[in-house]
Amino acid sequence: MADFNVSARGVGSVNVLELKGYLDAHTAPELEKAFNKLIDDKSFNVVVNFKDLNYISSAGLGVFMAYVETMRENKGDIKFSNMKENVFNIFDLLGFPVLYEFYKDETEALEKFKVQ
Amino acid sequence: MLKNREKNLERNLVVKSSTDNLSVIREFMTAAAADCGCNDELTGKIILAVDEACTNIIKHAYKYSPEGDIGINIKLTNSKLVISITDSGEHFNPGEVPTPNLLEYQKKKKAGGLGIFLMRKLMDEVNYKILNDNRNLVELVKHLK
Repeated sequence: MADFNVSARGVGSVNVLELKGYLDAHTAPELEKAFNKLIDDKSFNVVVNFKDLNYISSAGLGVFMAYVETMRENKGDIKFSNMKENVFNIFDLLGFPVLYEFYKDETEALEKFKVQ
Repeated sequence: MLKNREKNLERNLVVKSSTDNLSVIREFMTAAAADCGCNDELTGKIILAVDEACTNIIKHAYKYSPEGDIGINIKLTNSKLVISITDSGEHFNPGEVPTPNLLEYQKKKKAGGLGIFLMRKLMDEVNYKILNDNRNLVELVKHLK
């Protein structure tokens, strides 16, 4: 049973990763693959849309921690949008809001890349 | 009739140490937490803490070998919920893992090290001991109000 899915789409100079389902130690390698592909393609501006993500464990959180610096070193970033409350609470518990930008919706996150 | 959560309750699950089984563990925990009368928020916390404990076992005790056993025992006694998780892998004491520094981890592009910190945040107690038969025991405790 596929309990996690990541799909990528381009919006101007930004790539949007849409996450769906359950992100844990079993499914985190899928997300790593998606980030590796973005880096290979030199796409460093990333919005992660969490609209359909129901669950995240530290294995999933770790993926963002492992990749954000590479994006920022290349003048890009990983910005988060559309997070459900239960998912945001986990990011919040670990102190992510100090180091990452969270937006209510994708458009808002995309706009921030235009301003930069 | 007594409310569910006032009853004493016990549940058991044994699964192999494959990350594939994390979803099986979550389903088992969802049903058990419901039987204990936990609300959605508390259920979410318990599921995540158990997921983190089992992920650590798969990663550190069994080093990703899918042949090991992970035992989960849930016991509710007088509003005290104790989840005992056992394995026969290498000893791994979560108490010895330092509190993560997010900024430092990020600079080093480090992906791990957050799970135990999360477990401690989500539960009232996280205890570790080595049993007489040399198995590891991680005990997660939550006092239900």
